[in-house]
Amino acid sequence: MLPHWLRTWQLGVKSLALHPLRSLLTVLGIFIGVASVIWLLAIGEGISQAARRQIEGLGASNVIIRSIKPSAEVSEGSQGPMPYGLTRDDFDRLTTTIPTIQRALPIRELRRRFNYSGRTVDGQLVGCTPEYAEVTQLFVKMGRFLSDADLRDRKNYCVLASGTAKQLFPFEDPVGRSIRIEEDYYRVIGVMKERAPMAGIGGSLAGRDFKDDVYIPISTLWNRIGDMIMTRRSGSFEGEIVQLSQVTLRIDKTEHVLETADLAKDILNRHHPNGDYGVTIPLELLEQAKTTRIMFILFLGLIAAVSLVVGGIGIMNIMLATVTERTREIGIRRALGAKRRDIIRQFLIETISLSIMGGLTGVLGGLTCGPISNAVRSGLEATVPDVMEQLPEVIQTVQPVIVPFSIPLAFGISVSIGVIFGLYPAIRAARMDPIEALRHE
Amino acid sequence: MKWAVRVERLTKDYVMDGETVHALRDVSFDVPEGDFLSIMGASGSGKSTLLNLLGCLDRPTAGQILLGDDDISRLDDNRLSEIRASRIGFIFQSYNLIPQLTVLENIEVPLHYQRRLDSRARRQSVELAEMVGLADRLKHRPTQLSGGQQQRVAIARSLINDPYYILADEPTGNLDSHTTEEILLLLEELNHQGKTIVMVTHEPEVGDRSNRIIRLRDGEISSDKRLREVAESL
Repeated sequence: MLPHWLRTWQLGVKSLALHPLRSLLTVLGIFIGVASVIWLLAIGEGISQAARRQIEGLGASNVIIRSIKPSAEVSEGSQGPMPYGLTRDDFDRLTTTIPTIQRALPIRELRRRFNYSGRTVDGQLVGCTPEYAEVTQLFVKMGRFLSDADLRDRKNYCVLASGTAKQLFPFEDPVGRSIRIEEDYYRVIGVMKERAPMAGIGGSLAGRDFKDDVYIPISTLWNRIGDMIMTRRSGSFEGEIVQLSQVTLRIDKTEHVLETADLAKDILNRHHPNGDYGVTIPLELLEQAKTTRIMFILFLGLIAAVSLVVGGIGIMNIMLATVTERTREIGIRRALGAKRRDIIRQFLIETISLSIMGGLTGVLGGLTCGPISNAVRSGLEATVPDVMEQLPEVIQTVQPVIVPFSIPLAFGISVSIGVIFGLYPAIRAARMDPIEALRHE
Repeated sequence: MKWAVRVERLTKDYVMDGETVHALRDVSFDVPEGDFLSIMGASGSGKSTLLNLLGCLDRPTAGQILLGDDDISRLDDNRLSEIRASRIGFIFQSYNLIPQLTVLENIEVPLHYQRRLDSRARRQSVELAEMVGLADRLKHRPTQLSGGQQQRVAIARSLINDPYYILADEPTGNLDSHTTEEILLLLEELNHQGKTIVMVTHEPEVGDRSNRIIRLRDGEISSDKRLREVAESL
């Protein structure tokens, strides 16, 4: 014989089996709630992990200072090409006065057209130092990256990003060949591996995909191209004088990052009263990202909780109907000796069974969020590629990461919802007058 | 003489739409063990009220109902449930079986609420089912049975807890004359075996099968007539 409590469960399941479709629909309500808790939290976690990886990619011990073109109001009235942004003097001032700076990377970026035997690629020409590869996490595929000797001797050497290499040299080995940038020729000494694009972070750091880059020594760039850039704009030329696009400071210890950033700002402010530069502190962003993540989880969790409550209301609705329908049965059971708490237990067990079934299937449904979201995405890419391209990058790339605590959480909530929303119908059943209940037709 | 139940100066008032209805006034009688008592009366005579009180489903306004040593007028809802589960066997006009349970499971329901379900109880339920002639219907559901068969299940169920008395509310009211006869024979047989039966009926030919008839009118006992002596229990 089964123990008493197991028999009570068996009885509950039997009663639910009397109305399979009804029970199924109720379970479905909870299933959707539980699965959506897990899904939403997983998607939220996926997005915030991606953000964190990107920030960590900038380096937690780095401070990034970039030149920013001043707004039109500030620059108005000046004649001819307008100088702005970080200068070589700034660079020297920073590196000589701040002892906590372990290394400083000067970077100069500009849009250029790269040519090789009739093929052209429009991309980013990056003047940099040998450390650039390490700091931006670029890895060599063929040949080598720039060296200190290249920098010192202002060599006409260049290193291609994977995309540039593929487009300019679809059939040949690029190493040893020379590409033309404006009037000068640069010998290719290496090709880098592909790197995932980096989304823009904060106000001062624009997004970068490292596909169409060409890297040359910054000394060569200053020498060959200079600081003046002419851009064709609606029939006229516009000139700008920029010495450095970016300086990445590597700080000796993480604890010093914030102080050093403040110090650097103080130094720069003396020479840049118009604020033509911006400072990005990945460490600070990382802290912000942590807060954002919690907000995100709370927000998505709240949405999912609403759907669970809706599921709970579904349970309550069904149980109220069931109690009314089974008034006679309640009367019989009371007459045959069931106490009020026996009746409460019986109906609670039914609602809890429903919510446990919903919870279990919901957890299973939640666990499939990775494969399913990938399948949906590739399905959409195959059928409506245009629409997919329009969507924000986050939607195109996000990988849901199941948050471990979301599984017991969602399951626990679903069971508690069974209890909470089942309690009222059960109490109502127990409160019935057995005489009235027996007379019920 | 031992008593199955003793009723002393039982009074029950209801308040309906602001007016007090005196359903029972000062009703007293004793039911000795082994008796087969019929309670008769027109509708409104108070027989349903008396039935509910004897079934421990309700409490009197005044007076006592003594089941063994317990005065049920003083007990709370939980104790009343326990008394119903352990000392009273119910038979209803409309059988009142639980539709999702099998014959065997229906017979066992009172034991379930006494937490007394074990393999011994299971054997006992099978024996009872055999006794009422349903040995080959143990796994059937109530809807698969005829009215007479359902009432037999209900009789088996009323016996499972070895009650002080069986309370039968119009047990043949829904049955044809042939089946009525079968059920009455079964009740008589149980009575001969020593079971105490209290039956509410409005059919004189059914009442005549019992040992004693109490007639109610306007909430009072109008007559208490003994037809046969209480059978010596075997």
